[in-house]
Amino acid sequence: MIEFKEVSKTYRVAKRQSGMGNAVKSFFSREYKIIRALQEVSFTVRDGEMIGYIGPNGAGKSTTIKIMCGVLTPESGECVVDGRVPYRERVAHVRNIGVVFGQRSQLWWDVPVMDSFDLIRDIYRVDGNTYRRNVKELTELLDLGEILQTPVRTLSLGQRMRCEIAASLLHDPRVLFLDEPTIGLDAVSKLAVRKFIRELNARKGTTIVLTTHDMQDIEALTERILLIGRGRILLDGKLSDVKKQISERKTMVITYQGEAPALREGMKLVEAGKGRITVSFEPSENPVPGVIAYFAANTGLLDVSVSDITTEEMVAQMYKEYNL
Amino acid sequence: MRLYWNYFLMELKSQMQYKASFLLTMAGQFVTAFTTFFGIQFIFQRVSGVDDFTYGQVLLCFSVIMMSFAIGEMFGGGLAVFPELMREGSLDRILVRPRSVILQIIMPNMDFSRLGLLVQAVIVLCIAVPVSGVVWTGKKVFVFAMMVACGSVLFFCLFLLVAAVSFFTIQNLNFLDIFTYGMRDFGKYPFSVYGDAALKVLTFGIPLALVQYYPLLYLLDRESGIWYMISPLVSLLFVAPSYWFYRFGLKNYKSCGS
Repeated sequence: MIEFKEVSKTYRVAKRQSGMGNAVKSFFSREYKIIRALQEVSFTVRDGEMIGYIGPNGAGKSTTIKIMCGVLTPESGECVVDGRVPYRERVAHVRNIGVVFGQRSQLWWDVPVMDSFDLIRDIYRVDGNTYRRNVKELTELLDLGEILQTPVRTLSLGQRMRCEIAASLLHDPRVLFLDEPTIGLDAVSKLAVRKFIRELNARKGTTIVLTTHDMQDIEALTERILLIGRGRILLDGKLSDVKKQISERKTMVITYQGEAPALREGMKLVEAGKGRITVSFEPSENPVPGVIAYFAANTGLLDVSVSDITTEEMVAQMYKEYNL
Repeated sequence: MRLYWNYFLMELKSQMQYKASFLLTMAGQFVTAFTTFFGIQFIFQRVSGVDDFTYGQVLLCFSVIMMSFAIGEMFGGGLAVFPELMREGSLDRILVRPRSVILQIIMPNMDFSRLGLLVQAVIVLCIAVPVSGVVWTGKKVFVFAMMVACGSVLFFCLFLLVAAVSFFTIQNLNFLDIFTYGMRDFGKYPFSVYGDAALKVLTFGIPLALVQYYPLLYLLDRESGIWYMISPLVSLLFVAPSYWFYRFGLKNYKSCGS
């Protein structure tokens, strides 16, 4: 569905120093800094797949998305989405995609949401029946009922985001790009949005590319992640595999009575509280049953819980490992 | 086309919502532009002609350029939001919609208060026609209509060019207004009064003289050559490089990212 072949993109940014003297100097001769936003990035997304695209700020996420949407033209390499080159056939291409930029609205600020929808219908030339069906369906799934008649400026962020997502799906796109769809939302809205995205992917087989900083989004939505940093793809794989690859380390929370237990070799104390400690260890060194037995024998053990590394920790560690 | 009509209505509706502001701006436009008119008036109280053009003929010139400018700006003035659209990233949103980029920008940004200027230009025209000494024929009326129509297109192109510069600078460069607002002010006198060099630039560079000076000579029966008559149409050649420059800029567009 989406194919990226050795795509590179660089930006030329004028260097500017502060101060009047430098401002005058830069007027005559400017120094440019070359920023390599993408360096020979290659990946493939299958039809109906849902991928999470992660990376720190400035890693090249937005640039990638913009190339896939036809907004930017890469310098070298090729990008094909659904058999088309987005930046060459912009109009034909964008008819088949939906885009939600979390921080930018596509709705008209002063008019009721429904008016915006009507205008979007005209923009995409959606035929009457499809349009009515989609509006009905999206209204139900995203619970838009009353807010359709409200001007956008009076909506809450969560309500607006639900409308944004609905607006990007009115024309039945085959690919949906979600750029930080849950940014700034409260917990309930986040859950609603995630649930909807999952269902959309399962029912309609829409290919979804999701960028986010919210690791819960990734965990809840995607099986496969792409990690980008400094313009390169660093990791591409299943979330569970990547987790394993990064670290097999287990985290154990122990609740106890009486004396605090002494740690065995290879264990690391993560947190210590009153009657409760958190340790982490490598299972190859200290097998889990052994560790439990050890604490059971030496401590007034009340409760034990063992977990894998969390996605947050994983990403933090990956960023550290790759020096991002 | 229905879409653009709807865009248009949406904009008209929201501008009408602020009724007082709309009417006041329109009135303001009307009054400000009249100061230019009085400027001409006062000069002609002292002198009887400028570079062998009489008062009426200058007014005719003035009204052609005013009308062209008013129409050109009503459609093209909205393009001035270009740099802003780029900075805040709305241009990305426009680019992911399957419609013409220019139309998506100008339709929601049309400024109807420019109608004030148009009304004034028509009034000036009414004053100019009887005193200009033009012997009107069907052909001449047609030439006059072409002057206004092609002039509007030219001004639109100028707005487009100025806007397209921001593809490279991501900033609004105010001095470029000389090509739009400045040209309107230049254009109130027949371009020949500025000397040969200026006339050449305005013929081969920015071909505003083709909708003003040359056809004016035709209207005044000073020249009868076919080129003088169809010069407004020739000026439309300017559309090609303007559009090309805009396309070139769009290609070069580097979004500000986020």
